[in-house]
Amino acid sequence: MKYLELYIHTPFCVRKCEYCDFLSFAADSRTQAQYIHALLEEIRFYGACMREYQVSTIYIGGGTPSWLDAELIVSVMDTVYRSFSVTEDAEISIECNPGTVTAAKLAAYRRAGINRLSIGLQSCNNEELKLLGRIHTYEQFLKTYELARNAGFTNINVDLMSGLPYQTADRFADTLQQIIRLKPEHVSAYTLIIEKGTPFYEKYKFDAVKQEAGMKTDILPTEDEAYRIYKLTQHVLKKAGYGQYEISNYAKPGYACRHNIGYWTRDNYLGVGLGAASMIENVRYANTRDIYAYIENCRKLCILPQKAFFEEDSPLLRQAEGDWFGSNLHVSTDILSRNAQIEEFMFLGLRMTEGVTRADFERNFGMPVEAVYREVIEGLKREQLLLSAEGRISLTERGMDLANYCMAKFLF
Amino acid sequence: MSIDQSKIRNFCIIAHIDHGKSTLADRIIERTGTLTSREMQAQVLDNMDLERERGITIKSQAVRIIYKAKDGEEYIFNLIDTPGHVDFNYEVSRSLAACDGAILVVDAAQGVEAQTLANVYLALDHDLDVMPVINKIDLPSARPDEVIEEIEDVIGIEASDAPRISAKTGLNIDEVLEQIVTKIPAPTGDANAPLKALIFDAIYDSYKGVIVFCRIMEGSVKVGTKIRMMATGAEDLVTEVGYFGAGQFIPCDELSAGMVGYIAASIKNVRDTQVGDTVTEVDNPCAEPLPGYKKVNPMVYCGMYPADSAKYPDLRDALEKLQINDAALQYEPETSLALGFGFRCGFLGLLHLEIIQERLEREFNLDLVTTAPGVIYKVYKTNGEMIELTNPSNLPDPSEIDYMEEPFVSAEIMVTSEYVGAIMKLCQERRGVYISMDYIEETRAVLKYDLPLNEIIYDFFDALKSRSRGYASFDYELKGYVRSELVKLDILINKEMVDALSFIVFKESAYERGRKMCERLKEEIPRHLFEIPIQASVGGKVIARETVKALRKDVLAKCYGGDISRKKKLLEKQKEGKKRMRQIGTVEIPQEAFMSVLKLDED
Repeated sequence: MKYLELYIHTPFCVRKCEYCDFLSFAADSRTQAQYIHALLEEIRFYGACMREYQVSTIYIGGGTPSWLDAELIVSVMDTVYRSFSVTEDAEISIECNPGTVTAAKLAAYRRAGINRLSIGLQSCNNEELKLLGRIHTYEQFLKTYELARNAGFTNINVDLMSGLPYQTADRFADTLQQIIRLKPEHVSAYTLIIEKGTPFYEKYKFDAVKQEAGMKTDILPTEDEAYRIYKLTQHVLKKAGYGQYEISNYAKPGYACRHNIGYWTRDNYLGVGLGAASMIENVRYANTRDIYAYIENCRKLCILPQKAFFEEDSPLLRQAEGDWFGSNLHVSTDILSRNAQIEEFMFLGLRMTEGVTRADFERNFGMPVEAVYREVIEGLKREQLLLSAEGRISLTERGMDLANYCMAKFLF
Repeated sequence: MSIDQSKIRNFCIIAHIDHGKSTLADRIIERTGTLTSREMQAQVLDNMDLERERGITIKSQAVRIIYKAKDGEEYIFNLIDTPGHVDFNYEVSRSLAACDGAILVVDAAQGVEAQTLANVYLALDHDLDVMPVINKIDLPSARPDEVIEEIEDVIGIEASDAPRISAKTGLNIDEVLEQIVTKIPAPTGDANAPLKALIFDAIYDSYKGVIVFCRIMEGSVKVGTKIRMMATGAEDLVTEVGYFGAGQFIPCDELSAGMVGYIAASIKNVRDTQVGDTVTEVDNPCAEPLPGYKKVNPMVYCGMYPADSAKYPDLRDALEKLQINDAALQYEPETSLALGFGFRCGFLGLLHLEIIQERLEREFNLDLVTTAPGVIYKVYKTNGEMIELTNPSNLPDPSEIDYMEEPFVSAEIMVTSEYVGAIMKLCQERRGVYISMDYIEETRAVLKYDLPLNEIIYDFFDALKSRSRGYASFDYELKGYVRSELVKLDILINKEMVDALSFIVFKESAYERGRKMCERLKEEIPRHLFEIPIQASVGGKVIARETVKALRKDVLAKCYGGDISRKKKLLEKQKEGKKRMRQIGTVEIPQEAFMSVLKLDED
């Protein structure tokens, strides 16, 4: 039996945050209901095609899944259970934002089998929250957190964001201190990236360039300050008992997010919903980002042949040939060559503090890692950016600071 | 088969850049039915991609057109397109020598420009009858009456009956065609005399070998004729003759006096055919070659290196092929500590350099590193010896140098009166020596300056355009050598001297140039894991310094699962950047950095 990670996307938000470039938008309840209906079709279809897989983690992300009526989430979970075989100990997460969660919703999630909550906080400073365009205050977050604990959630993640306009290391230290007092099991600490097409880009694009070049900035933290913030995050969380297991992720022992790790270890994952990306048996593809095209195409799924993925004329093979029964559901397909798989294995694996094992490499590619990367490994070791010992290859602390520099070397 | 010479018209079109030369050529070709408009791609004659993109003509091209005139006779027009940039004066002169007349295109809005004058004088030098045409009369700002007056006053040729046309819309093109018949003289030349043909262009074809484009002045040539190139002495049997369709070669039996066409003679050695040379028959040679042939001398030099050193032979082959129809291109092998094996190449000017560089990259798929262009300096040594320096690295030790000379040009700049001040200031900044200023009419002046060539090869043309809002035009010719205080400016990156970045500079400009160079390199060189000092030095003394800070953080903390393709693209971009790097010691320098001295005046 093979394992599968399932990602379920809900693109709806009360309002779009100033920095956000994810596929999310506000929509009326009719559109939401139509969307969920299409999503259920998609889940059923893949369930029928992927009987030899067992789902080991589920992640409902967004958008703001918690903004939807609880019944919709329950119906999604219900359809997942009916369509797929889900393991007993599956990790099932849902993202929620303060201000959209009620005790009743949380109770419904629990009943639907959801056992992990990821709360999008970003900052404990109300001014910063306002600047980001978040719809909630820190106090609302505290309420949500309390509701979650009361509802029986014992695995909670809090999302934080550093590198915000006007932020200093001291100010971010306050946010960290307040969070560790709450003792969530998991903390994700991302760095703000000024993405094209966002209001933040218009406001801060010049500063972002200066920051990247190591020059003096006007509003965003300088590169040196951003570096201090990143090191401070590592230090404070480590002292509070959170291990850094990936560039941006920290967890109490035993609480590392399995779904997240699956991405870095290149497990098969199926993304359903608008714009969701999948990687199944080394084929990557993504769904359309056009909600009307999505709804329209999902309606037609029930008439497609429900064949196992590698049977003749199966959806995946057809997908790989670029002809998906005339459906525009998928917008991109990338069949990973062996070299692409090797590259991914390294640059994704090295995001984790544990790195990769030589044994895994050999098992996957039938040759020792040195056969491909001897010079790269030796070079990075000389620069003290990489450790290679006890059958493991991983980045040093400084290597993590310079992760892009290191990872780029593993590309062919 | 012989063709009645009186029914042939050999002509070219001359114009200032952007006055519509190529568009008119297109219209003539289209109107005479050589191509249907469906087959027409805009600007047929400019058939190199590069020419279309830049909207300029780089190489001469020729096309044969059949025109049925109002007198009921059919005429053969041979239209020879000429390059339109000052860098290519020699090629222009050879193309003109192949013609009997010229159509002068003048923009109805802009009127006579410096290059219009330069080209007309060149045409008159070759005894061509010049027939003016007023173009772009569809523009709201067109002032054809004034422009006609200007042509008569400034150039001194009759223009009252010049066709007023719009090459863009096709208006009055028929009038141009009729005037070609009536105003441009038919060729003369004895078809029975010994063969005498002028090479005005040549291309290399991998099947036919070198194909020379020529104008038969006297005599005739056909398949089997044994020909000789009079300047280079090469001899070979003719395998094919023919004329030019639009974009294709059409073989024929014979080319005779007055005709324009091509000769293929399985000539394999590309150096044997030089533009301007005379072709004659071995068994019945003409008494003397046509006048005007000269070996053109490059004025600007730079080093060209393959980005991938394994591509050195490819670069050599590519240069050899380009040289065949570009007599002005010169090259010889050289070695750089920083860049490995490459070539020191000589060009007519900076545009010529850029064009060759782009052609090498596009047509031959080569990735190049180019060093800063320089001119030929004359170095007089204390032992009485004089060397011509084209590569700054070869400058002898200062103790061995008595003095140095640099080339100066006589420049003519035509500018409207409101920008005279700005242009004079520019010339002074570039160490120009004022010669004269004449108003050719109330609002327009011709400024004459002597300028050091090395001050104009970088970006003078751009600066001229930007300071005159595009109204100034510029022409120059080499004047001679002048003694000058010159020094070699060296660049040290991480304490190592990078030979490919050295250049010769006027002593008083050294500090300023060195400082700007360091600033520019600081922007170009990516951050490394360690700090990198960048220094400019003259004679071992550091005169400017900048530092590239060490890289501390390079991590993209935000990356959700589905984003993996995007993440990879980002890493690939980073990696791709590395590919274009040169390793100097422990420092990786992007290839663009070697050209960065060119952009010192952009702010």
